[in-house]
Amino acid sequence: MATAIESQTAVTAHGAGHGQEASHGHADHPPTSTGLDHRKMLMWAFLASDTMFFGALIATYMSYRGRSEEVGIGPFPHEILDIPYTSVSAFVLLMSSLTMVLALAACQKGDQRGLRVWLFATALLGMIFLGGQWFEFTEFFHEGLSLQRNMFGATFFTLTGFHGAHVTIGVIWLLTLLFISLRGGINKDDSLDVEIAGLYWHFVDIVWIVIFTLVYLIPYDEVEGAAEHTEGALRLLPVTAHYLGSFVGL
Amino acid sequence: MGSGSASMADHGTGAAMPGTHPGTDHQVDQHQEHPGERVYINVAIILTVVTAIEVAIYYIEAMRGILVPLLIALSVFKFIAVVGYFMHLKMDDPLFRRIFIAGLTISASVVLALLAMFWTEPTFFR
Repeated sequence: MATAIESQTAVTAHGAGHGQEASHGHADHPPTSTGLDHRKMLMWAFLASDTMFFGALIATYMSYRGRSEEVGIGPFPHEILDIPYTSVSAFVLLMSSLTMVLALAACQKGDQRGLRVWLFATALLGMIFLGGQWFEFTEFFHEGLSLQRNMFGATFFTLTGFHGAHVTIGVIWLLTLLFISLRGGINKDDSLDVEIAGLYWHFVDIVWIVIFTLVYLIPYDEVEGAAEHTEGALRLLPVTAHYLGSFVGL
Repeated sequence: MGSGSASMADHGTGAAMPGTHPGTDHQVDQHQEHPGERVYINVAIILTVVTAIEVAIYYIEAMRGILVPLLIALSVFKFIAVVGYFMHLKMDDPLFRRIFIAGLTISASVVLALLAMFWTEPTFFR
């Protein structure tokens, strides 16, 4: 019992000692058991959980990949996905990650003008991405794809729609930071506020990196090839079992 | 329990940790500064080039045989670059890395488990 109390005291002392943590311009957070700022810890925990959320959506999309072709209800992905158009969207989101990290660097240096310019640039690039997604969704809808139309429509709109919702929240967050900055509310000591928003923003970028590859770039005829390989492998199993069985005299 | 508490206490005081300052934590020593703008711009250029390569190989018919593993490898590279440099996980406290990797591992397991279930189902592609 005494050991437990001692260790708890030591942990508290550790937290207090770590209050001087070089947490990139934000050293004045209250003492914590880990010595790390709770808000940043919370954001990383949230991102870890959000990874699972998107993991489930991506898994669902991949599981139903090729189902619409089987059933014969179009439009099918290879008919309507526009790779050059989406590549530009991917590039825009990638550049927004750069402007976001430049906003953080400016904030850490106390460069108010740089902070505002880069925050605005990030929000603008985010809005361009959202505009592109809106256009893409509208085009697909005009071509007959909807949530109810087929499995591709259901899984595609759910996955990319939730990603778009995340981007929208990010844009609102960035514009709020910009507004606070314009009122003089973000200085060098508040750089953790920008860093946490940046973590969220980069997260939506990495999710798009995965979506761009799995949904858009991996060709759909590859799925048919994979199906053939899988079926071939499955057919081999009983044949192999029969062969092995006869070999050992069963 | 006892040893865990003791190690926690040692960790807390930081007194017994070699190479650390008394009263602080070893994590402070492991904690590196964020890279500068030049590094960020270089990473962004690399990411742009990798994205261009991804799109280019999509159109090259001769690459079809290795397209899927190559695209996944390039995607993983971009993912690690953004997380490591833009999100500072490479130089930030290891605890953040552990938390994120834990979530990522569960997420990857869910994806792989679902794919294994669906893609080995004989009637799935019929």
